[in-house]
Amino acid sequence: MREVAIVAFAQTDHRRSTDDLSEVEMVMPVLHGVLAQTGLKASDIDFTCSGSSDYLAGRAFSFTMTLDGVGAWPPISESHVEMDGAWALYEAWVKLLTGEADTALVYSYGKSSPGVVRDVLTRQLDPYYVAPLWPDSVALAALQAQALIDAGDTGEPALAEIAARSRGAAADNPHAQLRGARPQGGYVVQPLRTGDCPPVGDGAAAVVLAAGDRARELCGRPAWIRGMDHRIEAHSLGVRDLTDSPSARLAAERAGAFERPVDTAELHAPFSSQEVVLRKALDLGDDVRVNPSGGALAANPVMAAGLIRLGEAAARIHRGESDRALAHATSGPCLQQNLVAVLEGEAQ
Amino acid sequence: MTAAPSPEVLRAPLVVEFPFTRSLGPVQSAFLTGLRERTVLGVRTSDGKVLVPPVEYDPVTADEIRDLVEVAPTGTVTTWAWNPDPRRDQPLATPFAWVLVKLDGADTALLHVLDATGPDAVRTGQRVRIRWAGERTGAITDIACFEPYEGEPGAATPHTGEFEDTVTGIIAQARLDYVYSPGRAQSDYINALAGRKTVGERCPSCRKVYVPPRGACPTCGVATDEQVEVGPAGTLTTYCIVNIKARGLDIEVPYVYGHIALDGAGLPLHGRIGGIPYDQVRMGLRVEPVWTEGGRFPDHYRPTGEPDADYDTYKELI
Repeated sequence: MREVAIVAFAQTDHRRSTDDLSEVEMVMPVLHGVLAQTGLKASDIDFTCSGSSDYLAGRAFSFTMTLDGVGAWPPISESHVEMDGAWALYEAWVKLLTGEADTALVYSYGKSSPGVVRDVLTRQLDPYYVAPLWPDSVALAALQAQALIDAGDTGEPALAEIAARSRGAAADNPHAQLRGARPQGGYVVQPLRTGDCPPVGDGAAAVVLAAGDRARELCGRPAWIRGMDHRIEAHSLGVRDLTDSPSARLAAERAGAFERPVDTAELHAPFSSQEVVLRKALDLGDDVRVNPSGGALAANPVMAAGLIRLGEAAARIHRGESDRALAHATSGPCLQQNLVAVLEGEAQ
Repeated sequence: MTAAPSPEVLRAPLVVEFPFTRSLGPVQSAFLTGLRERTVLGVRTSDGKVLVPPVEYDPVTADEIRDLVEVAPTGTVTTWAWNPDPRRDQPLATPFAWVLVKLDGADTALLHVLDATGPDAVRTGQRVRIRWAGERTGAITDIACFEPYEGEPGAATPHTGEFEDTVTGIIAQARLDYVYSPGRAQSDYINALAGRKTVGERCPSCRKVYVPPRGACPTCGVATDEQVEVGPAGTLTTYCIVNIKARGLDIEVPYVYGHIALDGAGLPLHGRIGGIPYDQVRMGLRVEPVWTEGGRFPDHYRPTGEPDADYDTYKELI
C-alpha cells in the first residue's frame, strides 16, 4: 500500500460575514497558500477535489464558481462532494492510494452569512417525516444534549467548561472566529446556551496530499495518513441512541485509532455536547489534547470545519507538536456521519 | 489602471422556493394516509421491533419490510428540548418543546413538538398524546403537536394498511431566504454598468481581459485585479434564434441571443440582439449596447452600421 501524507494546510480567517468577497475571491488565497507552502504550481497538481453545499449558496452547481481559483483550463482531473471537505480529502486519499495521482489539492468552503444556516440545514433531513417540521440544527443538538444529561453523561456546568476550554484554546489561533473567554449566555434551545453552539461564519480551507517520496520532497515532516474511514447511522433520530456514536467508534477502529494511543485529537463537534459523545465513542483519555485549535466551537465554517480538523491535526505534526493525532469530521444531525483519520509524523 | 476600493459591494434579497413533488412507497403511503385517518401505523422488523415512523427496509438486515401494525396515539417522551423562539414554518407559533416520543406499542421514537406551558412542564418520561390537526391531508403535520396526557398505554395491533383514497405523494414545500452579494469583482462590474460603462479585469499572468470579471482567471488560477474598460462596441461571434417565449418575459419571439466580444475583451459575454430583423443577423455583425432610461444594464445590443468584422479578428473568441 502506498503511503500518503498531508503536506500543507491553509485556512482563511473565519468571519461572521464576508459579503465583500465572492466564493472564489474567498477561496483563492488559501489555494495559493497551500501551493506556496509546497512550491507546487497549479499545473503540478494531479487531482483536485472540493467540498461545498448548494443550499448554503442558494444556487445550483455553486462549486463551479470556485473552480476559477484552481486554474481549471486546460482541463484538469477534478471532483466535488456535496459534503464537508473532509470527505473530499477521503476521495483524494483513495485516488492517491490507487496510484492514479501523486499529488492532490483538496479544498472546501462555506459562506453561511447569505442565508440562515439553522434553516438551511433542515433541508438535509428526511423530507417525508422530519423536514416539514423544520427542526433546526440547534434544536436537534439540544435533543441529544438532554439525552446525555438524562443519562448522567454530562450536565450544563460540564458543557460550559467544554465551551470555555475551546475558546480559551482558540486564543492562540489567529484564524478562529471566537477567541478567548466569553459569556455562556442564555438558552438558544434548552439545554443548549449560546456558548454551547458554534459561531455562524464564512471560511475556507485547503490541503495538499502527496504520496511516498513526493511527500518527503514537499514537506519537512509529512503528516502520514495511517488510516481513514467513515461510517453512517440511520437517518431517523428516533432509531438511534443519541448518547453514543457507534459510527464514530467503528470508523476510528477501522482507521487504526485504537492500535496505539494518540496525543492529539481534533474533533469536529459543533456543539459542546457532541464532544461528550465523541470522547466516549473514541475512548479519549484526559491525557489526549482535544481541540488545541479551539475546534468548531471557535470557528465552524460549514463544509470546511471538518477539513480544518484534518488540517489542524496535520499542521501540529508538521510543526513537531504531535507525533500521532486523531482527526474527526462529522456531517448530518446529531453526529449522523463520522469520518476518522489517524495521522503520524516520523520520529524526530 | 488598478482597481480602487469598491465604493459599494452590492446586496440583494434572494428567495429560493422549491415545491418538490415526492412519491411515497407502500409503507410511507400507508403511514401518511393513516395520519389523515387519525391512525398511526408502524412497521415490524425481522427481529420483531416496531418502528414508528415506519421505513421500507429493515435498518439491520436491509430486508424489505411490509408488516404494518397500528400503535396508540399516546406515548412517552424519550428526550426533549425547549424552544423559546419558534421559527417560521415550525409547527407551533408559541414556545414549545421538541420531543422524541415513543408511542405505546412502538420501539422507536417519533420526532415532533409538544405544546406545554414552559420548560418546567416537560420532562423525559412524560406521558403525552397526539393532538390532531383540524384539516388533515396525509402529511406528518397532520399531527398538529403532542400534548400532556396521563392515560393508560395502548398496544400494537396488526393493521392491513389499506385505506380508501390512498395518499401516494407529498409536495414538500420549502422556502429559504438569502441576502446575495456578488463580491468585489462582480459588484464593480455591475456598478460600472449603471454608469453605462463595461469594465473587465485583466489577468496579470496571461493578460486576458475577462468580461464580466469574477475576480479570478480560470486559466491561471490567480486574482484579476487590473480593471480595463472595454467596448462599448463589439462583434457578434455566434448567436441563436429563440422561438419559445419564456414566462414573464416581455419580448416578442423570434428574437436573437448572441455572444458579443466587446472591443478589448478577451472573451465574449452574451446578450440579446435587437434593432435588426432576426433573419438578417449574422456572425461578425458589429453591435453596440442600448440602455433604456434608468436601466442599470444594457437592454440589448443593436447594429452600429459599421462593416462586418473580418472572421480572423474574432475567430479566437468563438
